[in-house]
Amino acid sequence: MSLAIELENIDKRFGAVHANVNVDLQVREGSIHGIVGENGAGKSTLMSILYGFYHADAGTIKVFDKECHFQDSHQAIAIGIGMVHQHFMLIDNFTVLENVMLGAEGGYLLAEGMDKARTELQRLAREYGLDVDLDATIESLSVGLQQRVEILKALYKGAKILILDEPTGVLTPQETDELFKIFAALKEQGVTIVLITHKLREIMAVTDAVSVMRQGAMVAHVATETTSESQLAELMVGRKVLLDVTKSDIKPGEVLLKVKQLNWQDQHGVMRLKNINLDIRAGEVLGVAGVSGNGQSELLQVLSGINPIQDGCIEVHGNSFTVKQQTNAGKMREFGMAHVPEDRHKMGMITEFSAAESAILGYHKDAELNNGIWLKPDLVEKRCLDLMQAFDVRPNDVKLKSANFSGGNQQKLILAREMEHQPEVLLIGQPTRGVDVGAIEFIHQRILDMRGAGKAVLLVSVELEEILSLSDRIIVMCDGEITGRMAIEDADERSIGMLMANAQQAHDPLQANEKQGVQA
Amino acid sequence: MSRDTRLAWINGLLLPLMNILTAFAATAILFLLINVNPIEAAKTLLYGAFGYGEGIGYTFYYTTNFIFTGLAVAIAFHAGLFNIGGEGQAYIGGLGAGLVVFMLFPGLSPWLMIPASIFGAMLFGGIWAMAPGYLQAYRGSHIVITTIMFNFLAATLMVYLLVKVLREPGKMTPQSVLFPDNAWLPFVHDVLPAFGIEMERSPLNLSIVLALVMAVLVWFFLWQTRWGYAIRATGRNASAAVYAGISQKKIIMVAMCISGALAGLVGINELLGYHHRIIMNFHIGYGFGGIAVALMGRNHPFGIVIAALLFGTLYQGGAELAFEWSNISRDIVVVMQGLVILFCGALEYMYKPWLVRWLAPVKEVQA
Amino acid sequence: MIEITSMNDMWLTLLLTLDATLRLSTPLVLAAMAGLFSERSGVVDIGLEGKMLAACFASATIAHFTGSPWLALLAAVAVSLGLALVHGFATITHKGDQIVSGVALNILVSGLTIILGLTWFRQGGQTPALTGEGRFVTLDLPGSELLHSVPLLGPLYKELISGHNILVYLAFALVPLVWWVLFRTRFGLRLRAVGENPKAVDTAGISVNALRYKAVMIGGVLCGIAGTYIAIAHNAQFTRDMTAGAGYIALAALIFGKWRPLTVLVACLLFGFLQAFAMRIEGVDLPVIGSIPVQIIEAVPYILTVILLAGFIGKAIPPKAVGRPYVKER
Repeated sequence: MSLAIELENIDKRFGAVHANVNVDLQVREGSIHGIVGENGAGKSTLMSILYGFYHADAGTIKVFDKECHFQDSHQAIAIGIGMVHQHFMLIDNFTVLENVMLGAEGGYLLAEGMDKARTELQRLAREYGLDVDLDATIESLSVGLQQRVEILKALYKGAKILILDEPTGVLTPQETDELFKIFAALKEQGVTIVLITHKLREIMAVTDAVSVMRQGAMVAHVATETTSESQLAELMVGRKVLLDVTKSDIKPGEVLLKVKQLNWQDQHGVMRLKNINLDIRAGEVLGVAGVSGNGQSELLQVLSGINPIQDGCIEVHGNSFTVKQQTNAGKMREFGMAHVPEDRHKMGMITEFSAAESAILGYHKDAELNNGIWLKPDLVEKRCLDLMQAFDVRPNDVKLKSANFSGGNQQKLILAREMEHQPEVLLIGQPTRGVDVGAIEFIHQRILDMRGAGKAVLLVSVELEEILSLSDRIIVMCDGEITGRMAIEDADERSIGMLMANAQQAHDPLQANEKQGVQA
Repeated sequence: MSRDTRLAWINGLLLPLMNILTAFAATAILFLLINVNPIEAAKTLLYGAFGYGEGIGYTFYYTTNFIFTGLAVAIAFHAGLFNIGGEGQAYIGGLGAGLVVFMLFPGLSPWLMIPASIFGAMLFGGIWAMAPGYLQAYRGSHIVITTIMFNFLAATLMVYLLVKVLREPGKMTPQSVLFPDNAWLPFVHDVLPAFGIEMERSPLNLSIVLALVMAVLVWFFLWQTRWGYAIRATGRNASAAVYAGISQKKIIMVAMCISGALAGLVGINELLGYHHRIIMNFHIGYGFGGIAVALMGRNHPFGIVIAALLFGTLYQGGAELAFEWSNISRDIVVVMQGLVILFCGALEYMYKPWLVRWLAPVKEVQA
Repeated sequence: MIEITSMNDMWLTLLLTLDATLRLSTPLVLAAMAGLFSERSGVVDIGLEGKMLAACFASATIAHFTGSPWLALLAAVAVSLGLALVHGFATITHKGDQIVSGVALNILVSGLTIILGLTWFRQGGQTPALTGEGRFVTLDLPGSELLHSVPLLGPLYKELISGHNILVYLAFALVPLVWWVLFRTRFGLRLRAVGENPKAVDTAGISVNALRYKAVMIGGVLCGIAGTYIAIAHNAQFTRDMTAGAGYIALAALIFGKWRPLTVLVACLLFGFLQAFAMRIEGVDLPVIGSIPVQIIEAVPYILTVILLAGFIGKAIPPKAVGRPYVKER
């Protein structure tokens, strides 16, 4: 069979970020090809380049054996490439028909193309089982139906190759099954499908071949039948330099953080947290494993008070919070919660502020910094200098703009700010993301010091190694649920990888049994 | 120099400087277009603004207004808000100042009367700005549109009050009766002789001291208090502010209230300081001028005082130009304000790609 | 007999008020349609006022020099279009703040018109008053005199329908046209899409910037016509700040009409009627109520807009992407 897509040496940078490093890819015509990798591995960028949305800095693109130089998406569409983006590219207050026609109206007047489009869409709907009311507005449709509109859009524009970016992330299991049926129908008709996902179960279920990306580069191309989920998980996560940390023996104390039946829904009505129950004792690190985007961020934000509690209860050192108490980050901090956010630029610091000012973010009301109405600069700077010395932040220049520190030093400053305040509970998200190897060991040691000091630590990380080397107990999250709990002694990468990927299908009886088996 | 340092210099100094120069150059071109030698014009302008005592007085008198409105716009900018309603807040501030004067016992000591009136101006200006702030924070309306509407509402309200309610009995002019003289803010030319300095008569009054005090207070508030910290954090990075536990709603309300109170002080300079009654349209142009002042002064009180002085100079010097050339009026200052807002605001980053490519190119680094 | 006369008088008064409503609404309709194109494409246009004012000055000047209202119209459109392009350059090409750019243009024009007026005419910033031929004259529709004697309908035809200048008819004919363009053409579909979700338009292979430039330029043309109407059809010369906030009222009407051509037209007529009504009752003692302060009626459009924006009566939901520059690369 001939090749539908052939990419050679694709390279792309966004400023300092090297999003794609010398990427090769071959996709056979009429196959379903999976591309897996963690968030930020460069999958979406690669596909956007193939779709003509971004320009590659280097490399060649061949589609159906023809070399292509796309100036914009229009040319990619013309040659038969269609894309269903992770965030749907739909106009909410337009009808389905209007959305499908956008960019392929068939003339200056809408009336000319409308009837033609309607007939054509009805044909496509019949052929592929893509039923949807053409005159309904997008905002009135469920997410699953909106996705059908996206697929219809691509097919209507004559797509022979269909790229889907994380298509199941927003779907219910039933909708996912429906989607896979559509895939089968499409494949039957000779359409080539490229499926971008981080859900390994889907890859195993529907693809013919799979490519694995890590940190912008392709690390493997394999036929699906010759691989396994655990092998893919290993390839995806990769192996970082294993840093030896020795954990002292500590007897866990009283429960400092208790979460009961926490549910949380985002603004689009999608349940991001489903019935979360957990507790952490003093002197204990609870690791939260999972592929990113499965509710870990939402868990951190609700616990830290950034997002309000909607349903359920959080108890911090005996103080309980429910929907009735309007929590905010300031209040939670007062009750002994500290939080190292996942994204330090978006939340952890204010990049335009000086280091000294970023070092009091969240603590600007501290009595020891304020003298009456005066937030005293010398005290603020001294606080920052103390933090810098305690955590070896370099350069230890309190007036330097926060943006001008390296990633590792920014992270150390934030950790210092949150840890030196001696909180009862410490929430940490991605402590070593974008941090140089030297700082990683230091940060890990400090996390264990907190454990040693009798604090409760909730550690969210996509680095499995990190979770395994720091945690006392581990929970695995998938699709907003806790799909597995285990003590560190019972944990290994393979079993966690299975839970991260497999446990999604709670309605699968076999799966449910396995979950029960590992309940901690 | 490292690339970061170069970028800091480009953003911090070179870019603002080039933007201001562009605005100046555009003004100079305009002068040439209307057959006025820009250098001659500059000389006349400077003479008008600083060449004689009365001119200097007027220059600082206008500067005072620009300091108030520049600070008002800046404090809102720091919270990430665009307060375009300085006009209305200044107008209503004047109303507040006057109403307090009329309400209080006429023979009251000036030491009580004047502070009370200043408080009245700040209160009224503050409330007039807080209403749009409230509507943005709690009802989601866009603050820019609401403040524009409030400018018009202020104008119609004032016409109504001055025509129907406050008009001096028996007079046609829509203005209030004269304030009792215990509510007059002393003129600088009356105060200075006590220190052995003589000065020609001018409208310059002690409001200028108030303006400078306010500039210092705004600086102190923004950079030396926890509330100022919260405001700046919100304006720079709203999600980091939420992370820090800072309430967005409260910040919007507080920042708008302070902003309006500062704009309201224009009423003190104009009415308590010079006109000594509530008159129509004393505020025209200062609210919008404040936007130019804040942008040019980079939202820092020190920069604002300098920029306000520049606009005060242009305002007074512009009047002098009008004597010399029949085709120039003070409106040249309005043109310049427009150009400053255009080049220092909307086109702030016009030169940036070019400057970066030239002075701080990205070096190829192997990832 | 007396009763009939007073009935007729009241009818005539009503007609004259409505007639004034049409004349006062015309610039609002044109400017609001200009704003509609711009904002539907995602570009806030607070500079309607400035563009109209510049057009006022340009048309009055050219009408004075050439005596041709049509050349004046052309010049006004060109000037307003130029300003629209500056707005586009700042906000579309350079991703500058749309509101700051609009404010800059308004202020710039308010000063520049006076300076240029002083240079060219030396009449305190005004342009010389136009005599008959430089203006757009009123058109008496055929048969208006003939039908005049027909009770009720005669005066209606003569006073209300007939006797306006061509720009008034143009403005009101424009509204259905705008509706048709917006909802029945390819351009309209894309325009509405780009104001809601520019990235969706981009991924469909359509240039976001080109669409937005087109929309902003149409806005410039319409503001040019609006300004021409104010200066040389409704008035006969340029005077300082003669638009007197019409641009902002048009913006309010745009919001009040929820960015839809026909409802925006209704809002413009309502605001125009309020202005006409305020003029008519100024100083008149009404039975029972006494005299209503004009200012209260003048303030109604602003109050209504504030109340609407705050969501107290219905909700005005702007195009989703309005006010945000579109940046493609992350």
